[in-house]
Amino acid sequence: MLADARIERALPQEADAPPKMKGRSLWLDAGQRFLKNKASVVCLVLLLIIVAFTFIGPFFAKWSIETVDWNVTGAALEKGKPSIETGHYFGTDDLGRDLFARTIQGIQISLIVGILGSGVAVIVGTLYGAVAGYFGGRLDSAMMRFVDILYSIPFMFILILLLLIFGRSVALLFVGIGLLSWLGMARIVRGQTLTLKNREFVEAALATGARPMTVIIRHIVPNLLGIVAVYATLLIPEMILLESFISFLGLGIHEPNTSLGLLISEGGRTMQYGTIWQLAFPLAFFVVILFSFFFVGDGLRDALDPKDR
Amino acid sequence: MIVFIFKRLAIAIPTLLVLIAISFVLMKIAPGTPFSGDKAIPKEVLANIYARYGLDKPEWQQLLEYIWNIVVNFDFGPSFKYRDRTVNEIIAQGFPITLTYGIWSFVVATTVGITLGVLAAIRHNSWLDYLAVGFGIGAQVVPNFVLAPLLVLVFTLWLHWLPGGGWNDGHWSNVILPVIALSTTFFANIARITRSSMLEVLHSNFIRTARAKGMPGWQVILKHALKPALLPVISYLGPVLVGMITGSVVVDLYFSTGGIGQWFVNSALGRDYSTVLGITILLGALTIAANLVVDVLYAWIDPKIRY
Amino acid sequence: MKLNAIFRATAVAALLGATALSTAVYAAEVPAGTKLAATQVFKYRVLDNIRALDPQLAEDVDTAYVVNQLFEGLYNEDAQGNPVPGAAESYTANADFTVYTFKLRDAKWSNGDPVTAGDFVYGWQRAVDPALASTYAYYLGLVNVVNADDIVAGKLPLTDLGIKAIDDKTLEVSLKAPTPWFVKTLAHSTLFAAHKATIDKFGADWTKPENIVSNGSYILTENSPGERVVVKRNPNYWDNAKTVIDEVQFLTINSEDQGLTRWRAGEVDQTDVPAGQYPALKAELPDQTFSVPQFCTYYFSVNMTDSAPDALKKKEVRQALNLAIDRDVIVNNVLQGGQVPAYSFTNPNTSGFQMPEIPAASMTQADRDAKAKELVAAAGYGPDNPITLDYIYNTSEAHKKIATVVGQMWKEKLGVTLNLADMEFAILSDMRHEQNYQLARNAWCGDYNEASTFLSLHDSKSEQNDSGWANADVDKLLADAKVAADPNPMYKQIEAIAAEEVPIMPVYFYSKVFMQKPTIKGWPYNNVEQIWYAKDMYITE
Repeated sequence: MLADARIERALPQEADAPPKMKGRSLWLDAGQRFLKNKASVVCLVLLLIIVAFTFIGPFFAKWSIETVDWNVTGAALEKGKPSIETGHYFGTDDLGRDLFARTIQGIQISLIVGILGSGVAVIVGTLYGAVAGYFGGRLDSAMMRFVDILYSIPFMFILILLLLIFGRSVALLFVGIGLLSWLGMARIVRGQTLTLKNREFVEAALATGARPMTVIIRHIVPNLLGIVAVYATLLIPEMILLESFISFLGLGIHEPNTSLGLLISEGGRTMQYGTIWQLAFPLAFFVVILFSFFFVGDGLRDALDPKDR
Repeated sequence: MIVFIFKRLAIAIPTLLVLIAISFVLMKIAPGTPFSGDKAIPKEVLANIYARYGLDKPEWQQLLEYIWNIVVNFDFGPSFKYRDRTVNEIIAQGFPITLTYGIWSFVVATTVGITLGVLAAIRHNSWLDYLAVGFGIGAQVVPNFVLAPLLVLVFTLWLHWLPGGGWNDGHWSNVILPVIALSTTFFANIARITRSSMLEVLHSNFIRTARAKGMPGWQVILKHALKPALLPVISYLGPVLVGMITGSVVVDLYFSTGGIGQWFVNSALGRDYSTVLGITILLGALTIAANLVVDVLYAWIDPKIRY
Repeated sequence: MKLNAIFRATAVAALLGATALSTAVYAAEVPAGTKLAATQVFKYRVLDNIRALDPQLAEDVDTAYVVNQLFEGLYNEDAQGNPVPGAAESYTANADFTVYTFKLRDAKWSNGDPVTAGDFVYGWQRAVDPALASTYAYYLGLVNVVNADDIVAGKLPLTDLGIKAIDDKTLEVSLKAPTPWFVKTLAHSTLFAAHKATIDKFGADWTKPENIVSNGSYILTENSPGERVVVKRNPNYWDNAKTVIDEVQFLTINSEDQGLTRWRAGEVDQTDVPAGQYPALKAELPDQTFSVPQFCTYYFSVNMTDSAPDALKKKEVRQALNLAIDRDVIVNNVLQGGQVPAYSFTNPNTSGFQMPEIPAASMTQADRDAKAKELVAAAGYGPDNPITLDYIYNTSEAHKKIATVVGQMWKEKLGVTLNLADMEFAILSDMRHEQNYQLARNAWCGDYNEASTFLSLHDSKSEQNDSGWANADVDKLLADAKVAADPNPMYKQIEAIAAEEVPIMPVYFYSKVFMQKPTIKGWPYNNVEQIWYAKDMYITE
C-alpha cells in the first residue's frame, strides 16, 4: 500500500517538528518537494501563463471591451463566431462586443476578486481560529459565539444588502466576500488547533517555556499550513463562483465591465440558442484556473506537510 | 455534555435577538420601499398603507413590537408584497419544499463526497485518486446556474425523462434535477476536504502505530482514521446546510419550485421587509442549530476536546 | 371635463352596442366541426410569483391575469378591447355622462349566492377603504367616482362613495365629471364585486382556495405562489354552458429562457420570447410565434430640474442625444420582436389618436446624426469639452442591451461618455420619482384607452412626471384638451413641444412577443391591453 510506503519513509525521522531548527530548511525543503510534483508545477505554469495572457492579450485585441461591432449586432449566431478575420478571436456576445477583450477583463476581475477575497479570509480566519482553538475556554467560547452570530446572518443576504446600501464596486465585492468567508476558515482552523494543541510537540514546546503566541505562530500555524493551503485553493474558486452567483442575481459589477462569472452566466443563458462560444471560452478559462488552483494547492499541501519530511 | 448543550442554547437566544436587530436595521437602511413602483402612489394612499402596517410608528417601536410578536405569538407579521398571506404562511409553504430537496441533497452530497474522499486518500496518487479528484473538480467547476439549464436541456428537452421545473407536491420526478443541481458543488467540496484530512490522518503517529501492530488496512481506516479525518468535514457541514439554502436560490429560480430561496431573493430585491426578516431569522435559527449539532458531534468524535 | 365629441361618439356606440349585446354575449365561439381536445387545460407561464388574489388588492399584471379568471366586473373586454357585458347586462348613462345606471344579470357566486348590486357597492367601498390600504385605491378617483379621493384621504366615510344599489339588480354610479369612457375602465379588477359574508368570516384568509367565493368563470383550487396557481371551471358561473376550457394553470417561471425550454418540452402552452430570439423562432415555428402591439411606450426620462448636470440643461444637448439614438438598430437588431421605433410619446394604438408629425421621425439616421453633431458643437461641447452622463436602469437583460448600445452610439457619434448603473426596480422608481438621476430608463403603459393616459405625464403637477418638467403651455393645452370637442390639435402641440424640449427620449412602442401552441384558439391578439379570459378560449386536438 502506498500509505504504508510513506509511513516507512517517514519512520526514521519520527520526532514531530523540532521547534528551533526548522525555519528556513523547512521552506527550502518544501520548495524542492513542490518542484518535484509535476502536476502542481504544470498547473502553476498554466496559472502564470493565464496571468501573462491577461497582460499581453490586450496588445493583440482589435476591439475594446465595450465597442459594439455594429455588423454583428442582432446576428451574433451567424456573424459573431470566433474568427481571425473579424478580430473577434473568441467571437462576440449578442450585442456584438468582442469576447476576447471581455474574457481577458473577466479573468482579471475574477482573479482579483478570488485572490484578494481568499487572502483576506485566510489571514483573518487562520489567526482567529488558531487563537480561539489554542486558548480554549471562555475566550474560545466568546470568539466562536461571535463567529456564530456572524454566521447566523445568512451570507448572501448581508452581501446583497451591503451591495444595495453602498452601491456596487469590485473593491466592496472582494472585501465583503473575504470578510464574510473567513468564518469558515476560522472554524476549520479552530477544529484543527483543538486536536493539535494536545499533541506532544506542543506540550514539549510549552515545557521549554515558549510563550503562547509563539507556540501558535511557530508550532500551530505551520502545522495548519496543509489544511490552510487546501482551503485557500478551495476558497479562490469559491470566491469566483460566489461573485458569479452575485452576477447571476444581477448584483454584480456594472456594465461595461465584466467578470468571468458574469460571462459564464450569460453564456449559460444563451447556450440553448447555439452561441456556444459565449459559454465555451470563459468556461474553459474558468475550468483551467480552477483545476490549476486545486493542483497547486495540493502540491503545496504535500510540500508543506511537516510530518511527511 | 448536557450542561454544554444547555449552555449553548442559552447563548443562542441573545444571538438570535442580535441577528433580528442587525437584519432589521440593514433592511431599513437599504434604499427603496416595498411600495416603490412604476406609478408613484399618491401620498394619501401611501399614508394608509403605512398606517395599515404600522410603518408610521418610530423605528425603535417597530423593532420592539416586531420582536415582541415573534417571541410571544411566534408571529412574523404580514407580508407587504403578498398581501393575502402572512410571513408564517409563506415560510410554512416554501420551507418544506426547500427542506425536502435540501435534505436529499445533503444526504447525496455527504455520502458521495465522503466515500469519494476516503477512497481517494487511501489510494493516494492512484488512478482512483485522480478520477475522484477530477470528478470532484468537474462537479465543482460548472456553476449551478450553468448546470441547471444544462440538466434541463439534456433531461427535459432531449431525453424527455424529467420535467424541467415545478414542484408538483414533491413528486419524485420533480425532485431529482434540483437535488443534482444543488448537491454537486457540495459533494465536490466535501470530497476534497475529506481526502485532504484523511491523508493527514493516515500519516499520523497513531495510525502508523496501528499499522505497525499489524492491523488490517480497512480496519485501521474504519476504526481509527475515519473519525478524526471527519473532523474538518463536520466543521464544513454547517456551512453546507446554509449553502444548500442559499444555493437553493438558483434551484428555485430555475426549477420554479416555490422554495424559500426564491422568496428570499425576490423579497430582498422587492424590499418586502417582513418576509426577508422572517426568512433571515429562520435561516439564522437553523444555522445556530446546525452549529450546535456540529459542536456536539465534534465533542463526541474527539474526546480530547475539553470544554 | 374630459368630454369631447369622439368620446361621445364611442360612448354612444358602446351604449348601442351594449343594448344589442345584452342577448348575444361574448364567449368561446367554437366553429362547427372543430375537434376539441379531450383535456381542456391551458397552461400559461407567468414571470413572477402570483400575489394576493384579492381583486381590490391585485396590482401587477400576472396577478391580474388570474384575478380576471376568478372574478368578473360589470363589463369585460372583447378580443379587440371593446367593453362587453359581464356581471352587468346593460347600462344607461345620463346626458353628460356623470351618472351611470347598470342593470345586473342573474348571476351567482361560486357558493350559489346571487350576485347583487350590493356586492359591487361593497367591493368598490372596499377598494377605497383606508383600512384595506389598496395601492390601487386611487383608481376610483382616476375614473372620477364621486368622493373617492376624499374617502381615501380619510376625510369622508365609505358610504359617501358615488355608488349605490337602487335594488338588488340595479346599480347607480355617480361621477364627479363627465366621463364618456367610463365603461372602458370597468374591466380593471379594482372595480370588481366582493362577497362580504366570506370576507367578514375569514378576514385576510378569504382568498385561500378552501375559503374563496368568486363570481368569475373559474374558481381557485390551488395556490402555491412561486410554483403554480390552478383554477377550475366554476359550475355556478352564469355562462358556464359556453365555457370550454376546464382548467387553467399559471406556472411561475422566473426566466424567459427557461420558459422557452419548458414550452418546447410541452410543459406550458404559452410563454414570452426572450429579447432577440424572435426572428429565429419565427423562422423555425412561424405559426406558433406571435408579435402583437402592446399599449406601452419605452423611453428615457431626462432630469429637467435644477439638479440636472449643466450639459443636460442645454436644449441642444438633449436634442442631440435624442437624435443620435438609432431606434432602428434597437428595434431591428437588438430587440428584434416587432417593436416600433418611437419619436413621440403617445402609443399609436390609442383609440382616436392621430400620430403627430415629428420632424426627426421622417429624417434618415445619417441626417439625424449630422444634426446631432452640429447641435453638440453649437452647445459648446466637443472633443476638448466632452460630456459625461449617468444612466440608470433596472436590472434586466433587455434594458442592459439597450443601455449598452445607446451608450456606444452616443460615444461614437457625439463623444459622450455614458456611465451605466443598474439597480433593482424599487430603487430605480424611487430615484425617478425624486428626480435623483440624470438619465433614466422608463416606460409607461396606458391605464385607459385615450391619449391623456400618456400625455398627462407631462403635466407639471402630475405625480408621474418623473422628468420634473414644468411647461406652462403644456399644462394649458392639457386643460384645454379635456373640454375640447377634438383634443387632437392640442395633443399634437404637446407632442411637438416635447420633441423640441426633450424631457423624455421615446425609444420604441412595445410589442408582446410570445410562443403559443397551435392548438390554443380564441386568444385576443388584438387586445393591446392584453386582457384575456380563458372562458373565451378553447383547445383543439
